[in-house]
Amino acid sequence: MTADVTVLQDDPDDAPDESVDETAATKAGHRFLFLRNTKAMIGFGILVFFGILAVIGPFIAPYDPSAVSRDILQPPSAAHWLGTTHTGQDVLSQIIIGTRGVLVVGLIAGLGATVVGVLVGVTAGYLGGVGDEVLSGLSNIFLVIPQLPLIIIIAGQVPSAGGVTVALVIAATGWAWGARVLRAQTLSLRRRDFVEAARASGESTPRIIVAEILPNLTAIIAAGFVGTVIFAVLSQVTLAFIGVTPVSDWNWGTVLFWAQNQLALQRGAWWWFVPAGLCIALLGMGLTLINFGIDEFINPRLRSTGLHARSLRKRRIRPRIGFTPVVRTAETTPVHRPPAEEQPAEPRPAEQNAIEEIRR
Amino acid sequence: MSFFRRRIIFYLITAWAAVTINFLIPRLMPGDPVTALIARNQGRIDSDAEQSLRVLFGLDSNQSFLEQYIDYWGLLFRGDLGLSFTFFPTPVSDIVWQSLPWTVGLVGIATVIAFVLGTLVGTAIGWRRGTWADGLLPISTFFSAVPYFWLGLIAITVFAVQLGWFPSNGSYDRSLLPSFDLEFLGSVLYYGFLPALTVVLASIAGWILGMRNMMVTVSSEDYVTVAQAKGLPERKVMFGYAARNAILPQISSFALSLGFIVGGTLIMEMVFSYQGIGYVLYQAVNTHDYPLMQGVFLVITLSVLVANILADFVYAALDPRTRQEG
Amino acid sequence: MSASTTSGTGRHADAAVREPVLEIKNLSVDYGFGQDPTHVLRQVSLTLNRGEVLGLAGESGCGKSTLAYAATRLLPPPGLITGGEVVLTDRSGERRDILTMSDAQLRASRWQDVAIVFQGAMNSLNPVFRIGRQIADAIAAHTPGIRKKQALDRAAELLDMVGISPDRLSAFPHQLSGGMRQRVMIAMALALEPQVLIMDEPTTALDVVMQRQIVEQIAELRERLGFSVVFITHDVSLLIEIADRIAIMYAGEIVEDAAAQDVYRRPRHPYSRGLLRSFPPLRGPRRELTGIAGSPPDLRLLPTGCTFTPRCGFSTPECSRIHPELGPTAFAGAEPDRRVACILHGDVGTLPPELAER
Ligand SMILES: Nc1ncnc2c1ncn2[C@@H]1O[C@H](COP(=O)(O)OP(=O)(O)OP(=O)(O)O)[C@@H](O)[C@H]1O
Ligand SMILES: [Mg+2]
Repeated sequence: MTADVTVLQDDPDDAPDESVDETAATKAGHRFLFLRNTKAMIGFGILVFFGILAVIGPFIAPYDPSAVSRDILQPPSAAHWLGTTHTGQDVLSQIIIGTRGVLVVGLIAGLGATVVGVLVGVTAGYLGGVGDEVLSGLSNIFLVIPQLPLIIIIAGQVPSAGGVTVALVIAATGWAWGARVLRAQTLSLRRRDFVEAARASGESTPRIIVAEILPNLTAIIAAGFVGTVIFAVLSQVTLAFIGVTPVSDWNWGTVLFWAQNQLALQRGAWWWFVPAGLCIALLGMGLTLINFGIDEFINPRLRSTGLHARSLRKRRIRPRIGFTPVVRTAETTPVHRPPAEEQPAEPRPAEQNAIEEIRR
Repeated sequence: MSFFRRRIIFYLITAWAAVTINFLIPRLMPGDPVTALIARNQGRIDSDAEQSLRVLFGLDSNQSFLEQYIDYWGLLFRGDLGLSFTFFPTPVSDIVWQSLPWTVGLVGIATVIAFVLGTLVGTAIGWRRGTWADGLLPISTFFSAVPYFWLGLIAITVFAVQLGWFPSNGSYDRSLLPSFDLEFLGSVLYYGFLPALTVVLASIAGWILGMRNMMVTVSSEDYVTVAQAKGLPERKVMFGYAARNAILPQISSFALSLGFIVGGTLIMEMVFSYQGIGYVLYQAVNTHDYPLMQGVFLVITLSVLVANILADFVYAALDPRTRQEG
Repeated sequence: MSASTTSGTGRHADAAVREPVLEIKNLSVDYGFGQDPTHVLRQVSLTLNRGEVLGLAGESGCGKSTLAYAATRLLPPPGLITGGEVVLTDRSGERRDILTMSDAQLRASRWQDVAIVFQGAMNSLNPVFRIGRQIADAIAAHTPGIRKKQALDRAAELLDMVGISPDRLSAFPHQLSGGMRQRVMIAMALALEPQVLIMDEPTTALDVVMQRQIVEQIAELRERLGFSVVFITHDVSLLIEIADRIAIMYAGEIVEDAAAQDVYRRPRHPYSRGLLRSFPPLRGPRRELTGIAGSPPDLRLLPTGCTFTPRCGFSTPECSRIHPELGPTAFAGAEPDRRVACILHGDVGTLPPELAER
């Protein structure tokens, strides 16, 4: 949930204007331009990898994840790439099979929360007045109430809370963040010329929202969706880990639940709990990277020169506020050389930057 | 309306909402687990306590919804959260009061440390864009995606099981009697170190990334360039002008993410069997102790609310614009 | 204060020895660190003399702000200085190139030698500090050992000087009006009595009355304190009133550089002439406002030859081939201090009478 912090301003009323400029200027074809961003590409790659795993998992898993065998608590080997559990179950198969559950819950929860978030956020931002007060008050309340404990007590009281139930509970509690950001953006979009113009020409409110406002919110909705999926994956895995959801449904959290309960830590069976955690982290990182891509797309100031950081360093350019780098290129060397006594005694700036770099 | 009046009204409404949610959840759930629990403990529960449980879980079907709601508030004002079944017959409020200080101590301190450290590191990275410091970003991204509890598992494996430097669970040496002497406090610190470290490691990345982005955004404001034009020392520009403004949204997002962080860190208590409120929640969930679950949730929510109010005070102290009327 | 008194306030400086304070030589600036940067400034040279008010005019986007910020090395990323020199002569007569100064030297020199009032000073003040503190910290940074109280007293004096009551020292920026913030910035810029004050459109965001007040205030302060001013604006008629000399910029280059009255009465470059004709004349008979047809070129795709050719009413076939250098006018003997970048003033073609008024 940290990835979208930047979209959020301290005061929702002065939403970041330049972001709207960007999105407003977006042409339909360029809407997913952020995918050209390297970070987003890597993230997307990771997501696709797990997506494929979720689909074909049952066909490629080497064993039945619940099948017990004689190979008890074996470290990784050719037969069991990721070792076995205390009952001889194959950890790799558990992780492969578990992927589907994680992704399905993540996507359902993400979709559900996004739909609610868009409904609440856009309506609040567009309506203004009392309706806005009530709706944004509601989303702020949901933001302040700690979600995970809420999910835990709800899931803990639902008899046999399966994947979909958990996804719905997560969606019902996790929409507020997106709604808040969307409300702020809608508020500033509403005052834009093209929306005013549409309103003046007598277009209906739903049409304005669908045709004029929503297209300009695409990037933010996408960011909110990805953020919620991250949160949903973490929540679901956590719920499984503490044993709130049925421990027989395989997902990465269930693997960790058994590992913790069967003292894998004390027995030094690292292969049992390290891979599942890495998978969660990898999936989470992939989603976060996608969000970075979207963030940089929304807020051009963040677009880091970082991509070229190495090449910049090679050229001894250090982008800084308040100290414009001076790099003399051959073609623009002054035509009129200064008289000899005006030659600066200090080293030329390029070398100087290099010296400073070394001092650091 | 002044900033504070608005906020106070908001918090009152939120507190009311939290209590109401707590009131509604058991009434909306299918099934009636508590009647069974009461039946099983028949004869051991005194009639007052049984009446409290009936009010808390809406077992008196001959009462109207409104009457139930009013009675519920009445119980809360008396601090009566019912009886715990796991720790029968201890009142829920007693258990909560015993475990809350541990959580505030561990989670509170660790969260504040993570926030302060993360903000400092984020300041440095955001200020020196395009240097080696950017290399910290991928690492932070990875850590921000790791589930808290898994980091706890790794920490236990490495530092408690393999290296044996720290205990793997508990919150103080059981052979000591709780008191305020040096030995006991030392033991508390020793037992708390590993959980605290994991909380810091798990949550710091978010602060680093958030502050870095805010620094980058704020650095392109005119007043930062003006500060450089004035020839102020680098540190003054970086902290007084850039970071001083970048921290404002960081604090509001601190307030907003508190619920999320607290949720994650409570799980950490479960992993370390640390006797805070998160561990109590864990026990309650695993033993289907519904009164305890409800009570813990209420207290967690109200604590987060209090933390939010504190964050608001800090924000108002740092931003002169909020202190104005309007 | 009437126009006639403000105009020419620095003119006596002309009579004295012309001593340069800030010499920009062949300054080149790119935007973009990548493979294909925009060459926004190309070999710009400009000299500011001691005690002089130099006006810098040109259409929006021609690079005026870029020039000012690059010369002070305040240009934000992705700005990159790719060549040239900016020689500053300090009070003791020592000459130093700002572009080769180390960070520490630059920091020490800033605000003491060159102070700058930014375009749109609305965001130039730190919103979380009181304005007194913001003025005082500039003073403290350059005056080792000064007490906080002294610095604040000085800040109060400065506020008084720009016509703001000293008890506003403890106000936060959001409590001030736009005009007041602008004047706070001017007070702040004068805190260390710099030799050069660069003002980037200090009055554009203000109403006419406020504009007038501020311009007069600057003129008066300059008279008293004797600093040099670089005044950047779109408003050529304003410049003619207050500037001693005017440099006209077009598409990242200076196309004409001459005394204010000369530019006004006898523009030598077709662009200067067009620019002047887009404002009503100060005195004399009203004439038709013509303006300049077309719009400034995209700096990423500059034509070869003279960049003004497509919009120029006097262009010849050579214009789109030969790139004009800033040099003497056709009347070099009679007006030695004027420079213009137009090949019609050289050997090419005949100079149209509109550009040859005497
Ligand atoms: N970050 C940037 N990247 C690329 N080009 C830029 C950037 N900033 C400015 N430019 C270009 O540099 C040129 C000069 O801009 P500059 O701000 O110096 O103009 P100006 O003369 O001050 O205009 P104005 O009168 O509107 O202030 C413009 O054409 C602008 O498009
Ligand atoms: Mg400008």
